[in-house]
Amino acid sequence: MSAALDIASWALLVAGGAFCMIGALGLVRLHSFFPRTHAASVIDSAGAGLLLAGLLLQAGWTLVAFKLVVIGLLIFFASPTATHALANAARERGVSFEAGEGEASSKR
Amino acid sequence: MLLAALLFVLFYVFWILMSGFFTPFLLAAGAASSLAVVWFAYRMGVADREGHPVHLIWSALAYWPWLVREILKSALDVSRVILDPRLPASPTLVRFKPRQKTVVGLVTHANSITLTPGTLSVEVGPEQFVVHGLTRASAEAAVDSDMDRRVARFERVR
Repeated sequence: MSAALDIASWALLVAGGAFCMIGALGLVRLHSFFPRTHAASVIDSAGAGLLLAGLLLQAGWTLVAFKLVVIGLLIFFASPTATHALANAARERGVSFEAGEGEASSKR
Repeated sequence: MLLAALLFVLFYVFWILMSGFFTPFLLAAGAASSLAVVWFAYRMGVADREGHPVHLIWSALAYWPWLVREILKSALDVSRVILDPRLPASPTLVRFKPRQKTVVGLVTHANSITLTPGTLSVEVGPEQFVVHGLTRASAEAAVDSDMDRRVARFERVR
């Protein structure tokens, strides 16, 4: 039983880590502000979520598990709000929505 | 009054689970703090159905698993775009009118859009949503979506 739990937990941790790496790669590869925001949201939705789920299986029914759930809920509610505020501010400042070949739009 | 009592119980359970100590002093301090926070919430005028939509908890528990599945699916889609050597991103902006009538419903819809990788709510209002998508397909999928219908159903619970 505990071996199966360990395997499931490690699978979640590895998948979460992979999404974090892919998100980081996306931050480097994609051009301009808005596409990069999408890469960042892979990290904090899928990456952080799967990592927390994996840690939750390691914690079992303890107070640590409850704290992990609270961290998850905090990310779940706060991260999209922050991302929306960032995107809205960028739009107000006139950051271009197009991908753009150069970096001009994101560096100005 | 019922809401105040419910809030107090929720805050107190939260305190106990976060602290993990059961000494009389800390239990009393937790009760006093919970009571103070309930009072502050009333003074600030945020202790209402909008600030604490406790009546939505059951439909939220039905909606979240679906949302988690959507997040994982679109995370895979975005990963595929990032890892593709040709980098087939086609950033697109779409506008549409959401179905939700309540503030909680609109916020839930907008947050769900932002939580799913590949789409991002840029502007939110009862008349119009402006959504940015990493690809044309992901942006267009946000218009008149399954998510829109599900959140509209979710907010109607009384």
